[in-house]
Amino acid sequence: MDKPADKPIEKKKSFWSRLAIREGKIESILLPILSVFTALVVGAFIIPFSDPNVLAAEGFSATLSAAWTSVIAAYSAMFIGAFGDPKAISAAIQTWQATGDTKTLLAAFRPLSESLTIATPYIFAGLGVALGFRGGLFNIGAEGQLFVAGLATAFVGYSVKGLPFIIHMPLAVLAGAAMGALWAAIPGYLKARTGAHEVINTIMMNYIAFRLTDYLLSGPMQRLDGLPITPEVQPTSYLPLLFSSPMRIHWGFIIALALAVLVYWFLWKTPMGLEIRMVGANPNAARYSGIKITLITVLTMAMSGALTGMAGVGQILGVDHKLVRAFSSGYGFDAISLALLGNSHPFGVVLAALLFGFLRGGAARMQSVAGTPVELIRIVQGLVIVFVAAPEIIRTIYRIGVHRKQKSAS
Amino acid sequence: MPPVLELRGITKSFPGVLANDRIDLTLNQGEVLALLGENGAGKTTLMNILYGLYTPDAGEIYLRGSKAEIHGPQDAISLGIGMVHQHFMLVPVFTVTENVMLGSELTKPGGILDRDTVAKRIREISSQFHLNVDPDATIEDLSVGVQQRAEIIKVLYRNADILILDEPTAVLTPQEVEEFFGVIKSLVQQGKSIIFITHKLKEVMAIADRIAVLRHGRLTGLTTPQESTEASLANMMVGRQVLLTAKKEAMDIGEVVMTVNNLDVKDDRHLPAVKDVSFEVRAGEVLGIAGVQGNGQRELIEAVTGLRKVEAGKVTIMGQDTTHASPRGIREVGSAHIPEDRQKDGLVLTFPVAENMVLNTYYESPFTKGMNLRYAEIEKAARERVKSFDVRVPGISVPVSNLSGGNQQKVIVARELSRPIRLLIASQPTRGLDVGSIEYIHGQILKKRDEGCAVLLVSSELDEIVNLSDRIAVMYAGRILDVLPAEKATREKLGLLMAGIQQSDSEQALKAQP
Repeated sequence: MDKPADKPIEKKKSFWSRLAIREGKIESILLPILSVFTALVVGAFIIPFSDPNVLAAEGFSATLSAAWTSVIAAYSAMFIGAFGDPKAISAAIQTWQATGDTKTLLAAFRPLSESLTIATPYIFAGLGVALGFRGGLFNIGAEGQLFVAGLATAFVGYSVKGLPFIIHMPLAVLAGAAMGALWAAIPGYLKARTGAHEVINTIMMNYIAFRLTDYLLSGPMQRLDGLPITPEVQPTSYLPLLFSSPMRIHWGFIIALALAVLVYWFLWKTPMGLEIRMVGANPNAARYSGIKITLITVLTMAMSGALTGMAGVGQILGVDHKLVRAFSSGYGFDAISLALLGNSHPFGVVLAALLFGFLRGGAARMQSVAGTPVELIRIVQGLVIVFVAAPEIIRTIYRIGVHRKQKSAS
Repeated sequence: MPPVLELRGITKSFPGVLANDRIDLTLNQGEVLALLGENGAGKTTLMNILYGLYTPDAGEIYLRGSKAEIHGPQDAISLGIGMVHQHFMLVPVFTVTENVMLGSELTKPGGILDRDTVAKRIREISSQFHLNVDPDATIEDLSVGVQQRAEIIKVLYRNADILILDEPTAVLTPQEVEEFFGVIKSLVQQGKSIIFITHKLKEVMAIADRIAVLRHGRLTGLTTPQESTEASLANMMVGRQVLLTAKKEAMDIGEVVMTVNNLDVKDDRHLPAVKDVSFEVRAGEVLGIAGVQGNGQRELIEAVTGLRKVEAGKVTIMGQDTTHASPRGIREVGSAHIPEDRQKDGLVLTFPVAENMVLNTYYESPFTKGMNLRYAEIEKAARERVKSFDVRVPGISVPVSNLSGGNQQKVIVARELSRPIRLLIASQPTRGLDVGSIEYIHGQILKKRDEGCAVLLVSSELDEIVNLSDRIAVMYAGRILDVLPAEKATREKLGLLMAGIQQSDSEQALKAQP
């Protein structure tokens, strides 16, 4: 069969259509959306089981209506927890316009701010893992990189004193990013030089990072009162809040978005980005084309580690201002799912991270108001990943994409 | 007597492609029917329908006059249809017997494999059809020709009367092809019927009783070797006049461009693959390296292009020592490399055509400026190359994986030949391509030669070597046995060398059998 020959060479494309077309067209956008939707639907079937009212209801119709009420309550609480209460927001805007009072305004937007604050480390870590994926490297060590980066940042943050903000903050940020890069470059080097698989070695580096953190928090970096927490970092190293308290959203969010754009530009618009993607897509062809695979592998891991490290940096300098053992709630591990969900594309990662931010942000309120356990959100997150990883499920449910590849004869 | 097999109006479409369009075909008892067509003509689809792997959209299959329903390979086998695939389906570490019984294991009471009975049956089949296969031999110890006969035994063991052979000669030396034709003759003499899928015209003329030609899923000709010529068959296949032998003009041979001295290279298992190889290539000539696959050609090419470590010896290109240079360094001296495996080494399949067009020059001006890739320049170059090398693409931003094999290869050829080069290293440049693409690529290679470029060509297709080369080196077991000027290189001489028989022996052998 001849391929459709000599069609007019394509026209100039807009930025957005280019973006979508690069990978798998509309499907790559539609599938994640449907995955999220389906996961929420499945979640709705689970919610009633945690509701004592439903379990206590007698008779089929009573149970059904109790279940319905329970689902509605849980999801509306989650929505309000994630985005804020629309009524409160419009009321607050009116008050602000009338009186200039920003207090109610800030309070009304607080849930949204919380969600975005939670999304921030997800963006950083997701970008890091996605960059690794593009280079064909499975960076499972994001969590460890995030910890060591946090340690370095915290150390520079509390021990260096007397520097102005303009120097101290960037210094603390760079220290963390550099530490994350170094931590990831080690398994990168081992992979490039000896062929040792990066999955194994990044996992091992995680353990080293966790134990190193335990050691430092119980000794050299311990604060004076003896709790396993580092001293507070100097205010000169803070990533400033975007608004004022109680809105916790800080400059890290803006930096994360900027880095997403930077990573996109780097991967798709620079020669080195092309090299990384080539090594990831076909290392043989990369070698043939003259790329030094060893060097690219180490650099990819280092950059991946710098980005995942930024997740730790953001938490320390933007939110916690000190390092506690539990300062990361598994951002580094969730980042792997995020990268997958976002199709290893920086903008996809941002969207996926926002989704996780909203889910987690909403979960707290869902538990406190509707009594649905936060674990439900874990289930929903898990289901989203399952559906994205096995797109055939979604394709079958929604009967989309009878988009079989043209099988050529012979 | 009704024909052994009759296909009536077989139609099969895949999304966007009509792979088989109302095909009527008959196969008579004891005949060899050659099914000829370019890649993508629908040969394999048709045979897969016959073998039960696909269900036809329309049409019927009759076996010995009665309608047959074939829903899977099991049905096909029980109806006496057997298929020998192009890529052998053998387990290398098993014996012939074990391979033959795989899938229909015969057991003694207690579930113990009954190898002896099977081996006995294999001996019977082997002697009946003069196959000469030892049932106790391990597959990996056998030559490719014998492995193929083991495949045939597998089919005969399951009592097949109709044998479908998919491109069976692709992996054989000329001598092995002769032997293989002997096997086919013995099969048909004893009443087997054979469908022989190929795109090699010479073989069709030599072995077929009847020839069916497919093009674009349609049966475009039904003829016999007596009524046709290679040229007429090629016309039927391609639908236009085709030059079967590339036109080659005498050239003035210029200065030495590439010298290889006493080269030693190891293979992936660290065993010597290239042993003490020396040759030179001059401007304006094509040096062809003939040989059966797996005799060190791949390692030789990888070594001189910087992809494999040179153990000993020296490689000089354009007067510069490139023995240990990187692939990029070697290219920058002024050489181009068309790699043996286009999908593995030559292309990034998931990348668009445009990026593949600059896969090894992306870092140079004008494609890169400072920190930025200049996509406008890359796309401009890609468009020019697509146009001037006649690459059929829907657009330069589609992934190359969407292109046909011929067009994928044209992308590589376009990329490699649109730079000013003094040396072209081409390895299996037309493997698996259709006649039209082969013709085109051969033309491009000769054009480079005529422009004064030195060409090192490696191919296991003897026709390709003979057609293009000015001098022919034959490689066997890691050594170059001999280098012959093209006019002195007869197919017999080359065939003997490819089988490892040295010049002095070969001359005696030729004299001995006039």
